[in-house]
Amino acid sequence: MTATTASDQGGAFTELPSGYRLVVGLEVHVELHTATKLFCGCPNQFGDDPNTNVCPVCLGLPGSMPVLNAQAMELAMRLGRALHCEVRPSVFARKNYFYPDMPKDYQVSQYDQPTNVDGHLDLPDGTRIGIERAHIEEDTGKSTHVGGGGRIHDAAYSLVDYNRCGVPLVEIVSRPDFRTAEQAKAYVNELRAILVATGVSDAKMEEGSLRVDANVSVHQPDTPFGTRCEIKNINSVRSLGRAIEYEALRQVDLLEAGERVIQQTRHWNEDEGRTHMLRSKEEAEDYRYFPEPDLVPMVPDPARIEAIDAALPRLPAERRAALAEAAGRTLPDESVTIVVDRGLDELALDAVAAGADADRTLTHLQHDLDPDHAANVPAAHLAQLVELETSGALTASQAKQVVAEMGETGKAPEAIAAERGFEAMDTSELEGIVDEAIAANGEAWEKYCAGEQKAQGAIVGHVMKATRGQADGKLVSQLLEQRRSA
Amino acid sequence: MTAPISRDDVAHVARLARLTLTDDELDTFTSQLASILDHAADVEALDLDDVAPTSHPYPLENVVRPDEVRPCLDRDEVLAEAPSAEDGMFRVPPVLGEAP
Repeated sequence: MTATTASDQGGAFTELPSGYRLVVGLEVHVELHTATKLFCGCPNQFGDDPNTNVCPVCLGLPGSMPVLNAQAMELAMRLGRALHCEVRPSVFARKNYFYPDMPKDYQVSQYDQPTNVDGHLDLPDGTRIGIERAHIEEDTGKSTHVGGGGRIHDAAYSLVDYNRCGVPLVEIVSRPDFRTAEQAKAYVNELRAILVATGVSDAKMEEGSLRVDANVSVHQPDTPFGTRCEIKNINSVRSLGRAIEYEALRQVDLLEAGERVIQQTRHWNEDEGRTHMLRSKEEAEDYRYFPEPDLVPMVPDPARIEAIDAALPRLPAERRAALAEAAGRTLPDESVTIVVDRGLDELALDAVAAGADADRTLTHLQHDLDPDHAANVPAAHLAQLVELETSGALTASQAKQVVAEMGETGKAPEAIAAERGFEAMDTSELEGIVDEAIAANGEAWEKYCAGEQKAQGAIVGHVMKATRGQADGKLVSQLLEQRRSA
Repeated sequence: MTAPISRDDVAHVARLARLTLTDDELDTFTSQLASILDHAADVEALDLDDVAPTSHPYPLENVVRPDEVRPCLDRDEVLAEAPSAEDGMFRVPPVLGEAP
């Protein structure tokens, strides 16, 4: 099963059999990085002993009253602004259902008046994904099914831990704007970077502080969107891509067999690499939402929103655009994206501003400098290093080693180069060594001259050995080429 | 005027609330709920175009508390109130299906 991306006048899309097109929307739940829960003072703490972070409010005991956490409100609005949403007056609502992980028998959420609406997120490739809403709600407890191999349907009973119950969440609902699984993966990565940069969430999928559900459908071009299925239990970005591709092909197979797609919730099974039905949605869910009488409306103060905007850190999209421009690219490319992901874009900008060649600078920051060592490398040192490389005083492989050591030691590039005995090799000296290498590898040379390009490996290896790795590999290749065509 | 709520509606709502009602109870509650809805219809008859929907009767907004940890309950005390407990957790009957 492969889904490849292609381009047409409508932009990138996943190639599905028989001309079908993929349409995906994502619902992402993120736990807010607060000290306490949404409506009570219990710690918001992952990994504690079961039921040690509980109180009458989050256990839903009679007579207890919720009070909104000021920091949760702040972080939710901050996330809204980072996603370019309008932050509006909002009202909490009760979503009524019976399930043991929700001891009140309702979840406090937001329904028709969510805090954040109409935003967007730009993917690194420039695709804009609409954000329909980003609303506040409380998390539920955690059930463990005992007996029957831990599977729900065969379990003898369940055990419930309410530590997570009442932890503040924001649910971010995208518009159905994804046309490839890659875009969905890129969105989650980008969202995660935004959440971490803004301090809104630690966004760890492996700890469940970021959870993704995917609404997947397929349709033929120029026809309405197909019936969607919601895929749950996606535990990593990689699984997200696999689950979307599997589900899309399942739906195409159904339609091609003359059947129809039934709206339903499906569970992704990572081990089997497939989805299976959890429950049909034909019987519409009836949560009987109504305004939560124990909580008053949240009304954002315009001055507060302005302060949030002013305090927002520069977000990845903006940082990529700035670096791409400084590096002379019309759009961010892979090197720009990686350097920003590694948090080394400020260093790159400063080095380029100090006159360093942009391509070489990005190459080193993409591959050679450990981000944890960035504090050891002033932009001036990086610019000097790139200059040594540009002038030919250091070969590319020498420069690579020097950059790594600059990170480890904080020393200036010239000092490191001198210590390592990296000296610019005189071309005439190198020519002599190349001639010796040819003489010593007559057989390889003959093959090389006969057009067997890879035969040059033995000769280049000889030169490298003779120069203790200091020869510029590119230059050696050029010299060999000159001699062959002479 | 048609009945504001049908017997089927009441049966549906009862099922959502996990209530088992007898036929007599269904009749009783259908007529009681109908009179409540009739009363709401009286209000609906007024000209309320200029009145915003009211979710809360008090003119309060942004009632918040600082994000500071408060003491939690003692786990043994909490679980002692539960019908059944095991390994520090609430023990509940087998659950059919996943959470919504």
